[in-house]
Parts: sequence; C-alpha cells; structure tokens
Amino acid sequence: MISNKQILLLTSLLIFSAASILFSLLSGSVDITLAEIAGSILSAETNLNSQVLHQIRIPRIQAAFVTGGLLALSGAIMQVLLRNPLADPYILGISGGAAVGALSAILLGASGFWLSNAAFAGALFSIFLVFGIANKFGDWSVTRLLLTGVVVSAGWGAVINILLTTSSTNNVQSMLFWLMGDLSQSRVNLAHYLLLIAGLAGGLLLSRSLNVFIRGELLAVSLGVNVQALRLLLFFSASVFTATAVTIAGSVGFVGLIVPHMLRLLGARDHRFLIPSCILLGGSFLVLADSLARTIVAPQQLPVGVVTAVIGVPAFILILRSTIRK
Amino acid sequence: MATLHIQSLTLEVAKKTLCRDLNLQIQQNESWCLLGRNGAGKTTLLHSLIKQRVIDEGSVLLDGTDIADLKQRELARKIGILFQQGIEALPATVFETVMLGRHPHLQSLLLDNEKDIEIAEQALAVFELDSLKARPVDTLSGGELQRLALALLLAQAPEIFLLDEPSNHLDVAFQIKLLTVLTDKVREASASLIMATHDINLASRFCDNIILLLEGGEALVGKCSDVLTEENLSKAYGCPIQSVHSGEHRLFYPA
Repeated sequence: MISNKQILLLTSLLIFSAASILFSLLSGSVDITLAEIAGSILSAETNLNSQVLHQIRIPRIQAAFVTGGLLALSGAIMQVLLRNPLADPYILGISGGAAVGALSAILLGASGFWLSNAAFAGALFSIFLVFGIANKFGDWSVTRLLLTGVVVSAGWGAVINILLTTSSTNNVQSMLFWLMGDLSQSRVNLAHYLLLIAGLAGGLLLSRSLNVFIRGELLAVSLGVNVQALRLLLFFSASVFTATAVTIAGSVGFVGLIVPHMLRLLGARDHRFLIPSCILLGGSFLVLADSLARTIVAPQQLPVGVVTAVIGVPAFILILRSTIRK
Repeated sequence: MATLHIQSLTLEVAKKTLCRDLNLQIQQNESWCLLGRNGAGKTTLLHSLIKQRVIDEGSVLLDGTDIADLKQRELARKIGILFQQGIEALPATVFETVMLGRHPHLQSLLLDNEKDIEIAEQALAVFELDSLKARPVDTLSGGELQRLALALLLAQAPEIFLLDEPSNHLDVAFQIKLLTVLTDKVREASASLIMATHDINLASRFCDNIILLLEGGEALVGKCSDVLTEENLSKAYGCPIQSVHSGEHRLFYPA
C-alpha cells in the first residue's frame, strides 16, 4: 500500500536531487551567480562563465548523477540477488576486472576513449568469467555465485597490486585516481541516459517480483515467480549497470552499498519505491560529493570516491542510530 | 475447480527412492493427509507438485495439463503451499506480507487494487491478525508467524492447498481452531487440501483420504477409514501403534 510516508520520501528525494544539482552548478573555482546560470541556459550568448557551465560543470553533473544512479540501482539489485546486506555493485569482481583493464590502459599510455573501452572490456570479461565458473555445474546457487565473485575479485586485487607496484610514479597517480573513482574526465551520452531509464523501467516492472523474491526463494516459487529467470536477469542487469558506471567514473566506492540501505532504513523497503528512490538518492549523493571533491581543496581536486566515504559514513551512522532508537 | 492427477510418480533423493509409481487423483472438496516417517518424502512430494523439485519419473496433471507445461504463475493461481519453515522474519509489516499472497493474480503494476487489499484484509481477519496489521514481521511470535503464513495462503486463494506441518508452533487450541477454519474455507471455496503432518490424530480428524508413505518407496493410498489402521501405521512408522475410541474420534498412540 502506498503510505504518505513513502510519498513524502519520494518528494523529498526529488527536491534533494534538484537542490544538489543547483548547489553543484553554483560551486567551483569561478563564481557564477544564479542569474548568470539562468541567463546562460536561456540565451545562446557565450561568455567565459557560460563556457564553464556548459563545458565543465553541466557535463560533470550529468556524469555524476548517472553514475550514482546506476551504482545505487546495481547495489540494491545485488543485495536482493545475493540475499546479503554486505553486497555492493563490486562484490562479484566486476570493478576488479574493469580496474585491471583501465590500469593496463594507463600503463600503455592510453587515456579517454581507449581507457574507457579497456575498463568496459575488463568488466565484461569479469562478468562472464564469474558467471561461467559459477554456472559450470548447471544449477548456480547464490552461495556459489557469491564465493566465485569474491574469489575472482581477490584475484583481480592481486593483479592490481602488481600493476601499481611496477608502474612509474606518474602512472600510479592516475591509477589511484581511477581506483578511487574520479569524475574529472567523465562525460555521459544519450546511451548512458537510456540505460538508466531502462534500469528504472525494468526495475519498476519487476518490483513486485523483487518484493516476493527477497522474502525467500521457496516462497517466491510458490507465489509464481520464475526464480531461475529472475536471478539471471538480476545478475546480468546489475552487472551491466556496474560495468557502465565504472567505465564512466572508475570504481567510486560506497554509493552502491549505503544508498539502498539508507533508503530501506528510511522506510522504502517496497521495491516499487526503493528502485526510483535509489536512482534519485544515488544520483544526487554523487553530484553533491563531486561538488565537494572539486571545491574543498581547490584548485586541487580530490577523487570523488574519497568524498563519498567521508560524507557517507557519518550520514549512514546517523540514520542507523535514529532508526534504532524508535 | 481443480483436479490433480498424479500418474506413476517416482521421486528420488540422493539415490534413495521416496516414492515409486505413485498414482492418485485428488478431486475438489477432498481433504488428504500425507503421513510417513521422518525423511519418508512428505515434503519432497509436496514440493514436486509446485515444480520446486524435479520429477524423476511420471507426471502430475492439473486439470488435464502437465504441470511441467504450466508457467509458474499459472500454477500458483491453482496450487498454494504452506511451507514447513514458515515465513522468514524480516522487518516488513504483517499487511505487506499478506499482500504477497496476491502476487500470482493479476495486479496493477504499481498501485494496489482495492479488491486485493480487501481479500488480504479478510484473510488477516480469519486468523485474527487484523490488529497486528502494521506490526513488523520480525516482532511476531512463532505462533503468530504461522498464522500469518496461513493468512498469506488464504489470500493467495488457490484451488488446491498444500500444507506442510500446519500445526507447527501452534498450541492445541489453535491447532484445532485454525484447521477448522482452514478446512471450512477450503470447503466453502470447493477447493481441496493435502496436509503433511506427524500428528496422526489431527490427520484422522480433518482428512477423509490418506497417502501413507512406507519404507522403500511404497505408499498406501485410500480412504482414511480403510487405510488408517493400527497394522498399517505400525508398519509405516516401524513402531507398534494402537488406537482407542473416544466419542466420535478414534485416537492413535504408540504402544
């Protein structure tokens, strides 16, 4: 049933999203006023400030929002699929595979287009590797999938360490930024938006089945959910969302783990609310974190992954405390 | 209303045959009990009827259609099951949980239908859970959870009710009360019922027909009045069982 609480939550998240985007438009090394923002969006006039807006801030906000939305969505799905509250988008080794791809590309001197492609290829390879191993004996149980993912992930971790320790100092700097998640070079295009919208639509279509599935596989079967097909769909969709997110921004930590938990603690357990809420809070959370990442130590920039943890940890603990008191 | 036709069904677990060449037909308004020792295959048999488990040989026909050819959702509209493990205690509310029972039926995508809400509320009322509607499931007692699981099954409104140990966690008064309510509802809806239990007396009181699983995959199938005898029970359980008459009931006890 739709409660007023849930409508209130969704409305607050919409307002929070708008506010975080506005905050991000206003923050940066160049002071741009509200009037200038309105002016530069409404008119075609090109001055320095409107160039900063159109070429730096707006693309970066878009990248942050899409990445955050995809990560939170993927995290929520992984937590349902693996029936494990510790699950996050990276638990099955997708980011590890992407990292090895990206770091190898950096080692070979690639950037931009080739770096992204190498990361995406690494992520895809890891997805099929994990699925292939877990699926080897026909029936893939969730436990086997989880164990395979964790082991493959550890394997990637070793390769990452080898790459880090054998690279030159210059490369290591770029590698660390990629590993922590960084939006300074990130751009999104129409395909990324379409993927996020498909995730929202698909998530809403499946939300009732997810509500049943999370209560136990046996119960889900008895209530008519095709559990085998659902698990496959969840695994591959969450994997593609994660692979896309890490390709855009590197492995930004924390968003995919805590955003779904925060929302559940705030009362959005029903997936009909959790799915859209995840996209809104994940997106706006990363927009906010990225505004801070590029302003706190300006003109230096921090990797956004550091900021997500710095504001995410206390925010999560606060919410956890306040819900326990009830 | 649904008929269930079990044809030459063979089920095996870890190379042990639980039932071999089982044949029976369950018509509407019939109530069946399923008895047998621990590990005799009661739960396995029930699970095979909802495709939770592969059928090794034979087939199960629901209204003439092999269940293997039915979608899980179509099956769930006709056959509902109460699991032995009951419902997992998660921080969802009682009402949210009982609404899950409506899942197999056509629901609107995002909003809940008035009709589904009404059915769910009625199911809660039947098992006296209406006052607990907003309670998180993880704060319920074992007995309340079991009543919730039964309410969920009632909201699902299947035509065949499978019950795996329905008297789990229930005190004697609730056992009788809930089974009376449930069998009344089943009769009202012209549905049918199969109940796996260890309580021979509960079975003989509420069921007219019996599947008695024996060692080695054999089974005795028939009317309770014919099959439920001291001799058959002693054989099935591997321990001497005797009976006494008390009023209209016959009570069995281990000698």
